Order: sequence, then C-alpha cells, then structure tokens
Amino acid sequence: MGLLSDPVRRRALARLVLRLNAPLCLLSYVAGIAWFLALAFPPLTQRTYMSENAMGSTMVEEQFVGGDRARMFARDFAAYRRKSGALPVAWLERTMRSVGLEVYTQSFSRKLPFPDETHERYMVSGTNVYGILRAPRAASTESLVLTVPCGPDSTNSQAVGLLLALAAHFRGQIYWAKDIIFLLTEHDLLGTEAWLEAYHDINVTGMQSSSLQGRAGAIQAAVALELSSDVVTSLDVIVEGLNGQLPNLDLLNLFQTFCQKGGLLCTLQGKLQSQDWTSLDGPLQGLQTLLLMVLRQASGRPHGPHGLFLRYGVEALTLRGINSFRQYKYDLVAVGKSHHTFYGILDAYHALELWMQLHETGMGPEEDGGSPRPSTFLLPSQGVGLASLVAPLLISQAVGLALYILPVMGQHVATQHFPVSEAEAVVLTLLAIYAAGLALPHNTHRMMTAQALDRGWMALKLVALIYLALQLGCIILTNFSLGFLLAATMVPTAVLTKPHGPRPLYAALLVLTSPAAMLLGSLFLWRELQEMPLSLAEGWQLFLSALAQGVLEHHTYGSLLFPLLALGLYPCWLLFWNVLFWK
Amino acid sequence: MAATYVLKHSATTLAAFLFLSFVSSAASHIEDQAEQFFRSGHTNNWAVLVCTSRFWFNYRHVANTLSVYRSVKRLGIPDSHIVLMLADDMACNPRNPKPATVFSHKNMELNVYGDDVEVDYRSYEVTVENFLRVLTGRIPPSTPRSKRLLSDDRSNILIYMTGHGGNGFLKFQDSEEITNIELADAFEQMWQKRRYNELLFIIDTCQGASMYERFYSPNIMALASSQVGEDSLSHQPDPAIGVHLMDRYTFYVLEFLEEINPASQTNMNDLFQVCPKSLCVSTPGHRTDLFKRDPKNVLITDFFGSVRKVEITTETMSLQQDSEIMESSYKEDQMDEELMEPLKYAEQLPVAQIIHQKPKLKDWHPPGGFILGLWALIIMVFFKTYGIKHMKFIF
Repeated sequence: MGLLSDPVRRRALARLVLRLNAPLCLLSYVAGIAWFLALAFPPLTQRTYMSENAMGSTMVEEQFVGGDRARMFARDFAAYRRKSGALPVAWLERTMRSVGLEVYTQSFSRKLPFPDETHERYMVSGTNVYGILRAPRAASTESLVLTVPCGPDSTNSQAVGLLLALAAHFRGQIYWAKDIIFLLTEHDLLGTEAWLEAYHDINVTGMQSSSLQGRAGAIQAAVALELSSDVVTSLDVIVEGLNGQLPNLDLLNLFQTFCQKGGLLCTLQGKLQSQDWTSLDGPLQGLQTLLLMVLRQASGRPHGPHGLFLRYGVEALTLRGINSFRQYKYDLVAVGKSHHTFYGILDAYHALELWMQLHETGMGPEEDGGSPRPSTFLLPSQGVGLASLVAPLLISQAVGLALYILPVMGQHVATQHFPVSEAEAVVLTLLAIYAAGLALPHNTHRMMTAQALDRGWMALKLVALIYLALQLGCIILTNFSLGFLLAATMVPTAVLTKPHGPRPLYAALLVLTSPAAMLLGSLFLWRELQEMPLSLAEGWQLFLSALAQGVLEHHTYGSLLFPLLALGLYPCWLLFWNVLFWK
Repeated sequence: MAATYVLKHSATTLAAFLFLSFVSSAASHIEDQAEQFFRSGHTNNWAVLVCTSRFWFNYRHVANTLSVYRSVKRLGIPDSHIVLMLADDMACNPRNPKPATVFSHKNMELNVYGDDVEVDYRSYEVTVENFLRVLTGRIPPSTPRSKRLLSDDRSNILIYMTGHGGNGFLKFQDSEEITNIELADAFEQMWQKRRYNELLFIIDTCQGASMYERFYSPNIMALASSQVGEDSLSHQPDPAIGVHLMDRYTFYVLEFLEEINPASQTNMNDLFQVCPKSLCVSTPGHRTDLFKRDPKNVLITDFFGSVRKVEITTETMSLQQDSEIMESSYKEDQMDEELMEPLKYAEQLPVAQIIHQKPKLKDWHPPGGFILGLWALIIMVFFKTYGIKHMKFIF
C-alpha cells in the first residue's frame, strides 16, 4: 500500500530471493543429502546408551538351565509337525498345560486377493495356540508376549522348544508382575494379525477369526523369536515394522546391553557394530547399516511378527538366530538366559509407564528434515484459468485409481484371456497400466483449449510441485525413510522438467525417478549393501515378486506403500510427464 | 587405762569420721549423678523417619529408612515415639522374590522389615501436607496418637529423610515436592510452638545440602549426604533381588551407629566424619551454626537413643535449687516489667541478605537458536520496513 513503508524496498528482498532461487534450492538440496549421510559419522552418531537409568537393566543375574529341555521340546515339535503337516495343536495344548499355563486356541481363515506365490498359499486357514502365565501376586492388568511364528516354510522348531522351556522355567518364579503370553501362530504373520485383531477386538484387514476365550491385560511389550538351528553364532535383531514404525529405542538398547553382558554376538541389519571409529572404515560401515535400515523402513513391510504389534502401541522386536560360519557358537541356554533377564526387565517397565507416556518413534539421531523444497513459480501473466488444469489432474488421478483397483479386480479376466497365473496377471496388469500412463500426454491435448496451450505448462508444473510437496511433507512425518528416499530422487527431476530443452534426456531422468524404477533401483541397492549382488534377470524376478507382495500386504496387513504410490505419487509423477510432453 | 580409753575413743571417732565422710561422698556421688540428668536439657526423644519414594526401583530408600528405624529402636526410642512414613510397597511388591522382607545388605543377613515394624503413614498418606502437619502439630482431632508428634519443649527430635531430591527441593512420591523454604518455615513454627528442644535433621538425597540452607530457627543441627550439584550414590546392587539395596551415606552412618550402645559417649563430631569423599563419592555436609551447644559436647544418644534418666538408689537426697538460676530468672522478670522491649517476629524471608548476595557465576552459553531466530526476525522486519538506505543514518 505504501503508506508507512516503501513498497519498492519491500519488493527488493523478494526479488533477491527470486533471483537466487535456483542456487538456494540447489544448496538446500545438497545440504540435506550431505547432512543425512553425515549422520553415520561422528559426532552426529551416538553409541548405544540407555536413556532411562532407573530400569537397572544390568543388575539381575539369572540362571537358565533348560537347554536340554528346550532341545527335547524342539525335536518333539518337529516330529509332530512333520507327521501332521500343520501345527500340532493337540500336542501343543497338552505340553503347555503340563508346563502350567492356561491354554487357549483360536482359529482363523482368510482368502487372499490372489494366490501368493512366495508362500504358496491362497485360502489360508489355521489355528493359533497361546498359553497365559498369570502373575502370581499382581492383578492381570498388563502383559508381555513371547511369540514364535510357525509358517509352513520356516522351520522354527528350536524357537518353539525354547518357548516351551522358558515357559516351564518362568512358571517356577514368583516375581512376575505382569502376565506373560506365549503365542504360537500358524502361517506366520497372518496368524499374528488374526490374533492381534481378536485380542484388541477390531477388524481392519478382513480376517475371519474366532474370538479369544482368554485374555491377559493390555500388552506392554512383545518379543518374537525365530530360531531354526540348535546352535547360533549370532542374534540378529529386527526393529522396522509395518509402515515404517519403530519400537521404543530403549528396547533395542536393552537388547544390546544384554548381548554385551552375556557375551552374545548381536547384529543389527545383519552387521556388527563397528569398533573402529578412528579410521574411515567404522563410519563407512555405519553408513551401510544406516542405508540398509532406511531401505527396509521405507518399504513399509512388517519384517517379522513384531511389525504387526507396533500398530497397537506395543513395543516389539524380532530376534532371529543366525547360524553362520563363525567359530564361536552359542546354544539355547545362552539365548534362554538373555531372554530371562530380558523379561525381568520388561516387567519393570510397568513402574515406568506412569511417567513414560510418550514413546520415541524415531530411531537414530534427530535431523532438521533433509527434504529440500521445490521452487515456486510466478503465474504466467496471461490469464490461464485454473479450470484448464482440471483435466490433466483428473485424468492422472483416474489412472492412479485404475492402477490401484484394476489389477486385483481384473485378474480373473486376465487369466481367461492370457496363459498366466493370477499373481502374474496382477503384476503384469500393474505394469501395463503404469506403462500406459506414459502414453497419456499424447491424448490429453485433445481436451485442452487452444488458448491455454502455450504457457499453461507452467501452471500445471506449479500445481504438480505443490502437490508433490504436500505429499512428501505428509509422508516424512510418518515414515521418514520413505519420504527422504522419494524426496532425494523425485525432487531434482521434477524441478528440472520443462517442455523445452533436451527432451529425451529429461524423459529418461523422469522415468528413472518414477516410483516403479525407484523400487527396482532400491532393490538392487539393498542387495548390494547386503553383499549379495543381483544379476539383471534375478533383479527383475525379485522386482515382480516385490510388486505382488506389496499388493498382497496392503490387502492382508494394511501396508500403505501400495496405495501411496498408486494413488498419490504416481498421479503426481504423471503430471510432470504431462508437463514434459507439452506441445 | 586412760590411754586405751582415749585410743578407743579416737578409733571410734576416726571410724565415725570416716563413715560420715564416706556417706557424704556417696551422697555427693548421687548428687553428681543427679546433676548429670540435667546436663543436656532434654527429657524425651522423638524420631520422624520419612521415605519419600515409592515403586520397586526405589527399594533402597525404604531399606534406608527401615534400617535407621531399627537402629533407633535398638538404642531405646519406642514405637510410640517414632513417626515412620513409608510408601511400604516393597515387602509385598509382586516383584519381590523374597516376599514380606526388605533387606539392607546383599548377603541378606538382616531383614529390616521383620514382623514388628509399625508404619504410621503408609502408601499414599506420605504427602507433603501430612508431613508438615505432623511437624507442626496441626492435625485433625480424629488422628490417632500413633500418627502424632506429641513432642514438648524438652524433646529432642531426630528427623531423617531420604528419597530423590534436587537443588532446594525434595520429591514426594512422584507427585509433589517440598521446598527448603517450606521446611525451614515448618521448623520455625515448631520452635514458636515450643515443640522441640533440639532438632537433628539428616537427609540422604541428591543435593541434600540445599535442604538445610534456609533454616533459621535455633537449636537445629543438620547433616546431608551431598552438596549442591552432587548426586548421592547407591551402595550395593543385589543380583538376586535386582535392585540397589542401600545408599552409601546411610550405609556408613548405620555402620557407625552399630558401635553405639545406650551408654556410649561418642559425640557429634564423630558423626560428621562418617563417609568421607573417598568412600561416598559425594561430599557430606553439616550445619551447626544454629545449634547452641558445641557439637563435641552433644552425644549421639541425645538424638538417636532414648536414654531414660533413671537411677535407682536407696539414699535420700535433697535437690538444691540452683540459686544462680533463681536469681537470674527473678532479674529477668523484673527487667521485663521495666524495659518492655518491642517484640518482633523472626525474619521469614531475609530479603536484604538475598538482594546483596553475590550473583552466582554461571557458565556463559552462546545464545540459543530461539534467541538468534528472534533477533534475526526483528532485524529482518526492521530492514524490510525501513529499507537498507536508512542504515547510513545509524552508522
């Protein structure tokens, strides 16, 4: 208005920022990436430390002498399992009752949207068996869960044996203040999901399960065990859960402390904690572990039964015993001892619940958000109404919707006309719709009016950039790894897109940063970091199965990656594709 | 004949003389002992033992308090004169692997809970309000005798507190705090209501010395386990029970008290030496400026024990009224009538002292992000409004 201040001077600052727009964006992008990578290096990293000292985690000594008993149980379980082909429910009930638990069963069934080729199942039905050890002198208001997933392919019999032996040992102690639930689920995570839904009396994934006869109070923490061999060389701990959720960091630190105290070898992401921080090797290994964790968290898959517990506010971990070619091996006694002390400390969580109401959901050091902001554009001076942008938006969103709904809905039609199985049909339909979207720009022009054609692409790019920024902002708040990966790859190419200039180069860049290509690339990177590199053919196969798993997990567990990519990021990417091929 | 008569007479007189002197010396011995009764000025002992924590991982605070309780009982103070405030959730805690016991030593030699402990304020009754009411005596009429501190102006009171504390406060059961000023005011109320003769205040918490900084009433001696800025540390973890069993300061105080019996002549200066920095890691502190007597004349049993001033004798003796005291009190009465000095209340808040205190040297920290951001915003707005061209009017 210019009454009290000088409008010319005011605009000077804005003009300065606009002039330096491109360098500022580039600087913030580079700073974001550099800061994120620097997280692996000291002084930004922090070693394992307990943030709540009052838990007194290293003060309890306990004996566990049930190693032989655990092995015996494991052998029996394996034998009965082989005989019956499914979970030997009657034997389990008998054994748990003889050990002194209250035993209940739950049956569940589910018809998957299409047959699952990795696990070879379609119509799944099974029984979960669980036993409750009641706290001798406390009211059953809270409980802990020790769960062993028993799938048809994973022979987890040693874990079952350890669970039964631990139950027998725990029954003899009088100092439990929480109930302990020993849960055996059939069909891996499907059984766990059925049990959790029935326990909390909700139904989010369409599972049909019988209601639970016995309950034990609000679950405070859970540990899942996967042990397939009599001796282990190391214990791997898995923390990432469904949709990138993480348990309380102190739980992981507790586990690490016990490993150190008990002399067990414990790994994170399959890698040991590096001891050598002075030279460059230590930080580089830390960076590898960091990237592995980012990739796993971004995928949003539950990497173990614990991933499903996190949704209900239950802190959970999965422990996997690994038998590799190291010299020093541990037997079940050592693992059992660490479990006993672990559960003793988890029990003490109760007293801290009164003031630890907030959970830390992020792991690792904090960061000021590495997502750079996309640049802003001035609206073109010609009057390009926003009404003309509606058409491309609607069409892109419609393609996204088709990508979400059609593959599963149309699988039967596809199998009738083509010689493929249902799972392959779904995946191929997915890819087909995705590729068809690339052909859109040649058709949308028929919907546009002549006057809007010339500089309308700027408005479209503006809207697309705002849309991308909004989505990335929301994703980063819930799943930082996913948001970071998407931002780091999509934002530069999105910003660079324009109809003029070297079109093939921009097209190639844009395709490389499209959601599907990024999935492919991250698969290769993940295997590379795990030191198991893939050839192209293997990679492609893995990619196809990853697509199928993604769709399945969305339908069975409620994983959000598939709808996010199909309904959110893919339409946004299509808008940029439209901008690129503007005529 | 006369010589033997004289000799016999002298012998009897000598015997009589010796007998008389013996009797008189015996009488004066009894009188000395009777004089000793009034050496310290107190006639009864009370103890207020407070544990301000609850929950399983604060086991050591309860063990501290119960051990002091046992020592004090052993040295003679009966349960009727002890006000014990505990959360009392250790012995029957579901996590206790040895139910109905509280141990203070890791070999589990001594169960300080026993079966004859009398807890007066337990569980959620241990609040700041109840504690202050106990001290000041402002208690509802329905309170039972066991919950009252029925002290008079000839009582020596031992107050022992343990728990989690900070600089100037003590945490009560995770829900409230008592500040050092409140405590000092409570003691002043006790003084004005003539509820104590002498008071010994012992505190075993982190930064315990801050709790006795503000006392201003006479006849108070205070001991603390650590100075301001220091943490008091715990002594032994017990792997079978899984918690720390005792705090260091209290452990060494109890070791010291084990050598005390009701007849000991050990004085307070020895108690001040307990737990040096090499054993305790923190630096114990004490405060004696408000105390009228010299600490080396104060016996431990004056506070920790209830020495009953009873002597059994078959003699009769007459107590002389101490003429000096009579005259001085008579003179005081007369003086009061003449002078009528204006009475004034004790200084509740010595503002003059506070204002003229030297400011504490704090470490300089560079200004934080918020302050920098605020200043950056202010400067930006300033320049945006007035433009850069105005800068030359400033510089």
